[in-house]
Amino acid sequence: MRGLLLALLAFFAISAPLAAQDMLPPAPYAYKQLADPKQEAKAQALMETLRCLKCQSQSIADSDAPMAGDMRHQVRTRIAAGEDPEAIRQWLIERYGDYVSYTPQVKPLTWPLFAAPLLFLALAAFLLRGRFRRGKRA
Amino acid sequence: MSEATAPAKRPGLAVWLPLGLFAGFLALVFVGLYWPADREVSSAFIGKPLPAFDLPPASDERPGLATTVFKQAGKPRLLNVFASWCVPCAVEAPQLAALAKQGVEIDGVAIRDRKEDVARFLGQYGNPFARIGKDDLSQVQLAIGSSGVPETFVVDGKGIIRYQHIGDIRPEDVPLIMRKLAEAGQ
Repeated sequence: MRGLLLALLAFFAISAPLAAQDMLPPAPYAYKQLADPKQEAKAQALMETLRCLKCQSQSIADSDAPMAGDMRHQVRTRIAAGEDPEAIRQWLIERYGDYVSYTPQVKPLTWPLFAAPLLFLALAAFLLRGRFRRGKRA
Repeated sequence: MSEATAPAKRPGLAVWLPLGLFAGFLALVFVGLYWPADREVSSAFIGKPLPAFDLPPASDERPGLATTVFKQAGKPRLLNVFASWCVPCAVEAPQLAALAKQGVEIDGVAIRDRKEDVARFLGQYGNPFARIGKDDLSQVQLAIGSSGVPETFVVDGKGIIRYQHIGDIRPEDVPLIMRKLAEAGQ
């Protein structure tokens, strides 16, 4: 029994973990903020609304996946070059579809998302109108 | 005994409502269990021209990879996004070798990889690539809408992306890839 335990211990000590991650250091701007705080704030706001494609319920601002790091590098360098955050979002949507953005855009498919609250408000006003009238009479 | 004084109302259909709701919920659970949603993000760049890039070589045995290769190819090629650290990339190596043997020209983009690791990987699993570009910042990967490794793109003779295969190419996928190449060549 002791021998078996020792053998197991030796096995785990010697065997290298399976390399399923790359060995390269993170991209220069994966973890480094931009020098200009205004630009960094813009980049941060954008990164928080972009989906990490590797770990799909995290934003790229939130994820430590190497690909998310590369996406942050891309976002920061583009913002530093003066590109508009929405243009960068559009660039990514062109490549990955709407799924990459956490901020829904008004489109033929998504307009109910924006119209529904207004419709519900209108419906509520319609249903309640009687109450208000009766209140006045009383 | 209330029944004696006031005859109980016969229960209406509403009685069945909670059970119905529960059955609906169960159905939803089973649909989710047996037909899980597709979580793969496919490229929205299919049908569009390959964006311009020029990558340095990732291997001493092969040149780097630039967009011009695809634009001047005249016939469809495969663009394989891979990495030496990616386990399924090793799994699809025999299929890439089989495709190369059938005369398909394959170019590789090595994602976040070191030259020595690429060399070791190619030595171990074979080298089906005509060119291999080194993409250390996943720039080309992002530019073509690829969201992981391995992925394989069929690019026609004019440099238009025609098809994307997500994940490793299994032996049963090879005929499909050949068909997509033939379609792209028409």
